[in-house]
Amino acid sequence: MQSKMKESDPILEVKNLSASTDNLPILKGVSLTVYPGEIHAIMGRNGCGKSTLSKIIAGHPSYNITNGDIKFLGKNINSLEPEERSQSGIFLGFQYPIEIPGVSNLEFLRVSTNARRKFLNKEELDTFDFEELVKEKLEIVKMDQAFLSRSVNQGFSGGEKKRNEILQMALLEPKIAILDETDSGLDIDALRIVASGIKRISNAQTGIILITHYQRLLDEIKPNYVHVMSDGQIIKTGESDLALELEKKGYEWTDNFIKET
Amino acid sequence: MGVSFVKVYKANCNKLFLDNMVNENLVKDVVKEPYKYGFVTDIETEKIEKGLNEDIIKLISQKKEEPRFLLDFRLKAFKRWQKMKEPDWAALGYKKIDYQDIIYYSAPKQKEKISSLDEVDPKLLETFDKLGIPLTEQKKLTNVAVDAVFDSVSIATTFREELAEHGVIFCSISEAVKNHADLIEKYLGTVVPASDNYFAALNSAVFSDGSFVYIPKGVTCPMDLSSYFRINSGDSGQFERTLIIAEESSSVSYLEGCTAPMFDTNTLHAAVVELIALDDASIKYSTVQNWYAGNEEGIGGIFNFVTKRGKCLGKRSKISWSQVETGSAITWKYPSCLLLGEESVGEFYSVALTNNLQQADTGTKMIHIGPKTKSTIVSKGISAGNSKNSYRGLVKMGTKATGSRNYSQCDSMLIGDQASANTFPYIKSQQPDSEIEHEASTCRISEDQLFYLQSRGIEFEEAVSMMVSGFCRDVFNQLPMEFAAEADKLLALKLEGSVG
Repeated sequence: MQSKMKESDPILEVKNLSASTDNLPILKGVSLTVYPGEIHAIMGRNGCGKSTLSKIIAGHPSYNITNGDIKFLGKNINSLEPEERSQSGIFLGFQYPIEIPGVSNLEFLRVSTNARRKFLNKEELDTFDFEELVKEKLEIVKMDQAFLSRSVNQGFSGGEKKRNEILQMALLEPKIAILDETDSGLDIDALRIVASGIKRISNAQTGIILITHYQRLLDEIKPNYVHVMSDGQIIKTGESDLALELEKKGYEWTDNFIKET
Repeated sequence: MGVSFVKVYKANCNKLFLDNMVNENLVKDVVKEPYKYGFVTDIETEKIEKGLNEDIIKLISQKKEEPRFLLDFRLKAFKRWQKMKEPDWAALGYKKIDYQDIIYYSAPKQKEKISSLDEVDPKLLETFDKLGIPLTEQKKLTNVAVDAVFDSVSIATTFREELAEHGVIFCSISEAVKNHADLIEKYLGTVVPASDNYFAALNSAVFSDGSFVYIPKGVTCPMDLSSYFRINSGDSGQFERTLIIAEESSSVSYLEGCTAPMFDTNTLHAAVVELIALDDASIKYSTVQNWYAGNEEGIGGIFNFVTKRGKCLGKRSKISWSQVETGSAITWKYPSCLLLGEESVGEFYSVALTNNLQQADTGTKMIHIGPKTKSTIVSKGISAGNSKNSYRGLVKMGTKATGSRNYSQCDSMLIGDQASANTFPYIKSQQPDSEIEHEASTCRISEDQLFYLQSRGIEFEEAVSMMVSGFCRDVFNQLPMEFAAEADKLLALKLEGSVG
């Protein structure tokens, strides 16, 4: 099955990527390739650079790429604005979704969805058509319509914020979704909803990167590859059983890999 | 209840100081937008000599063929003004104004008597056309009557006949002095007395034109009324005076817009607006102020010192101020309500945006005098660049204001790290059986918020403008429909970079 996947071109290629913020190196040569249909998990201690990697792929302005490349669908995107990356199909699910007072969630979702649709040369949706679409997608995350009339993420519980992220992902239909600890702080029911949402968008054409600390999400969504990060590098890559082993032995076990390399 | 219930608290005071504050240059680009109304109309004007003294005032009065009582009103005001001191309590810094270096009367030369719009100088019509305020019969705005004021005089007022059918008087104040002297004599200076403050006294002495509105008993004004103020000369001040009277059970919505050319000198604008609402009457007064604000180095721009006040004289009367203040180098303005009538209502909804080196000290006074009076204050200040934006407000509960209530909300938004925002809420309660509630917050547009919106495909500029609009929503909701859209657009323009 794997070899069949690799017949197509990769969605995302991160090559020897180094990056810093305020002259402090965070990433020190990360390489990662995601092919269509693949699910990758990235694990590692807090502060190892997992979130930074995801933000850099999405184009966060606080980080400088000091070396290496990010290629999306074969094109270098190092200098693209975050909005251009999103429009072309990169989605970042935030670990801590941001509250935007006064901006209605519905309007935000509509403007965002239309930006992506415009890029895809699809007709932009007016308020009425968009409401139809969003109602359908709300089902996936089991959210009430009342969420639409509230300000973006404002006053949402932790679980509601994460579900709002999955809703955005479902609307934007990205080529690649990077989900940064989307499972953190969720109860079992919410975790199932989020997991089923992720499964709904994953297909043979899309790629998914799950950044997580916990096996329980990976029980729901089985990754093809598991990468362990430490101090700004991927120090080990394995298949889904690597996550299980990691859960048993803890990150201390991975410290040995660093010594090996 | 017998218990004084005064709540003053700061809620949601989340100053988000980021080490790496929003890509500083980007924001600077975004808030740079050339002023679109900066042109000068080349027209022959009749100006009197610079300076201010009794003879000048007599000359203005004579030019306007005013009755004796008005000249006396002016001269008395002038005497008061001479004894007064320019106020210095506002959080504003500016070069001292030389009042002898200003021309107090400037009018485009026209035929003596104009009977129809066809006789108005085409250059003037063209000017207002360019400003988006067409005055000619074919093009005039539908369902909004306009009084166009150019420097010291009113040029034209549209829809007069239609309004007259309903008994509504809408004309320049100069005309009202001639045709409705009784109303002027009865009401002028009763809300803002000449002695009220330095700038009100100055205005009372030298005011040249402005608008007059009279809504008779029981009439709901069939269309929105609006005044458009245009300063054209660089060396003359504009001192307009507006008086609106709403008789029992009548209602009116009044809109006001202002622009001026770009000059590297400062032009003084000192207006007085008086509103009077009798029993069950309601007046809604909305302003979009976009005077020239000066350049990026703070050179030029209008000095805007305005006294606006409404008197809720009647029972259950209501006066509502909404303002979107985006222009002027200096703004000193506190549209206020005197709540005399039992159960009368005062409202103040304000958005004040300052950029570059603009300074604004604006807010309101809600003076509760009658029992069961109610007031609401919602103020949104946005400061960008190196600007300074202050809210200053007074809520006063008089001894007879039993069962009265006030709610105030003052929010500030900072864009970039060079701008400043202040809130000065004054509360005076002499009535224990009244409630005053005040909330304040300060926020910054954070890099994380912008990144979040951008990472959802929303362009940087649209993201900023979405957040600013969102911040102002409570106020925009109060503006008349067409005005709300215009205000939203105006803010977006002010915050948009040259890319858009």
